Amino acid sequence: MLKRSHYKNRYLPYLLVGPQLLITVFFFFWPAGEALVQAFLISDPFGLQSQFVWFDNFSALFEGSEYINSFIRTLIFSAAVCLLSLLSGLFLAALVNRGAKNLVRSSKLLKSIFILPYAIAPAIAGALWMFLFHPNLGLLANMVSSIIGEKWNPVLDGDHAFFLVILASSWKQVSYNFVFFLGGLQAIPKSLLESAAIDGAGPFRRFFHITLPLLSPTIFFLVVMNLVYAFFDTFGIIHTITEGGPGGATNILVYKVYSDGFVGLDLGSSAVQSVILMALTIGLTIIQFKYVEKKVHYN
Amino acid sequence: MFKIILISTLICLPAWAQEKVTTINWWHAMNGSRNDIVKEMVKRYNDSQNKFKVKASEKGNYTETLNSSIAAFRAKKQPHLVQVFEVGTMTMMQSKVIYPVHQLFKDYKVAVDWSNYLQPVLSYYMTNDNKLLSMPFNSSTPIMYYNKNLLAKAGLKTPPKTWTELEQHTLKLKEAGVKCSLTSSWQSWILIENYSAIHNIPFASQGNGFASLTAKLNVDNEKVVNHIERLHRWAKDGRFSYQGRRGGPALNAFTAGKCALLFESSSGLSSVEKLAKFDWSAAPLPFEEGTKPLNSIIGGATLWVFKGHTKKEYEAVADFLRFLSTKEMQTWWHKKTGYLPITLDAYESLKKDGFYKKYPYQEVAIKQLTRATPNQATSRGIRLGSFTQIRDVINEELEKVWNNNISAKEAMANIVKRGNILLKNFHRRNR
Repeated sequence: MLKRSHYKNRYLPYLLVGPQLLITVFFFFWPAGEALVQAFLISDPFGLQSQFVWFDNFSALFEGSEYINSFIRTLIFSAAVCLLSLLSGLFLAALVNRGAKNLVRSSKLLKSIFILPYAIAPAIAGALWMFLFHPNLGLLANMVSSIIGEKWNPVLDGDHAFFLVILASSWKQVSYNFVFFLGGLQAIPKSLLESAAIDGAGPFRRFFHITLPLLSPTIFFLVVMNLVYAFFDTFGIIHTITEGGPGGATNILVYKVYSDGFVGLDLGSSAVQSVILMALTIGLTIIQFKYVEKKVHYN
Repeated sequence: MFKIILISTLICLPAWAQEKVTTINWWHAMNGSRNDIVKEMVKRYNDSQNKFKVKASEKGNYTETLNSSIAAFRAKKQPHLVQVFEVGTMTMMQSKVIYPVHQLFKDYKVAVDWSNYLQPVLSYYMTNDNKLLSMPFNSSTPIMYYNKNLLAKAGLKTPPKTWTELEQHTLKLKEAGVKCSLTSSWQSWILIENYSAIHNIPFASQGNGFASLTAKLNVDNEKVVNHIERLHRWAKDGRFSYQGRRGGPALNAFTAGKCALLFESSSGLSSVEKLAKFDWSAAPLPFEEGTKPLNSIIGGATLWVFKGHTKKEYEAVADFLRFLSTKEMQTWWHKKTGYLPITLDAYESLKKDGFYKKYPYQEVAIKQLTRATPNQATSRGIRLGSFTQIRDVINEELEKVWNNNISAKEAMANIVKRGNILLKNFHRRNR
């Protein structure tokens, strides 16, 4: 636990967090509260009339199989994006970290290159991937076709499209993970690794027994951030690459909230979905902090 | 202090001076080159008189434009006119925020001869008792484009009239080594909605939804299932090629000379004119051997008038709408965009000027649209709630067919099942 800080003036701390609290209340709690209310209402898109309907919107949501499908898709999608971008980020960070000893200048260049994708807006990243992998226009489409041994067609084939959005979303997040992993790796005292090496521990042993445990706070933090990213921030990528298609294959929860609310103009259902998503995120965060954090070494 | 007041008064003066001119706002979704045409249109109107002024703003695509105006209405800052696509008709109609056009024309004494309008265009936007709700703006209907060079390569002189002929054509094209015989854009609109209308098959019950909100989908009927099954067969041996949900990719495959035949909106004519570097033309959509085809149905958008403005402003709105349907504007609009002229006098004058002699493909759509009197139950149009989402469902299920995941019969059954849930929920929200 953090130690309690002491301020001379009792009100100063409240004043200092005030602006942030205001922002949180106006841009997070208020809309979230609105969504909670809207979930129990049926209203027309223009907001002229609304009617309280108890749990009708909830039961309507689970009437077809679409929502459950979307739910399962989202879980697989988030796990895949999280895993892929964490592993690639760690791999690149390890490379640059080792390189830092030998080729200082080139590693600076490498760092800049690896961080670059983070500066690209999701919609633009999506457009790039869409054009590169479009079955007819894409530069890389023919290459992929010859690797997988069948016609690469994310426009039509749900599995191809799903794979493509996972890849694009992970690529976008690798930079973020890279920066944190590199920082984490550089903070590990060299003396620890060196003494382990003298004791005869090989590179793999050193990595799994020293580096990884010491990195665990970073990993823990990144898992949370990556899951949140995969759940919410991948909207732009999906919107530009597949629009949730083909056949609903990439229709993850956050995209469904948008399409039901803004395209379908079914505000009640959209609100119900936001509430479920909200509950899911809250639950996930609680679990992570309560159980996973205990196994993390914070030094 | 005095100086500040003086200056601010001077700044405000022009605004007071303009007070006499009534300004109305029009939000639309015509982007790219069409936005320039709209600007020109508005300029012509503003120059034609000095009482009213129209200010047009582009608000993104159709969905975005509708959402912007919904948000604006909630903030009590709605525009006077908004362009809404045909599938949003039910939403607008049910909304209680609109001023029906027939009422506006009556209240502001604009004399309109409705018999001068193309009936299949009007009927799509009328209430069940034939009152016009919104003003047709851009209307189009699907037609078949064909590449004359590729047809000649396969020894074919004329485009196919019927689906039986089309089958023969695609076989010959395939033998001649053409990789893609047929492709289509907007598959729900063209392959199912228009196919149903042309062959007098109800797409949904309750007169395609015009009569009541309790309508249910009817696309699992034998004729449509067989039709999709046939296309699936062609998709498997490469004669039919699916390029995606929207208009662009299919049109590009045609203009790049890859596909010999293309089903696409008549509004694609200007793009094909610009992009196709080969000999091409257009023909009506094919129909089944031994049937008498009805009119096809339209797509596009209309202009809706919002409630909550002053009398003076509505006078301006009524006058602007009158201006848009004059013969001069309609012929100009048709020539510039490829959208249909919506009045018969515009059509007649284009005929007289020899426009269709010079560009015969421009007349295909209007002829196909006027070849029959719309049947109230099948070919007057389709009016369903949540229609955008129903089209998405149709897209999803058809994609599963083209990808060999499910059969045509299963797909149509799924569409009916999923679509009816959407319809039921729309009804639940609009009781």
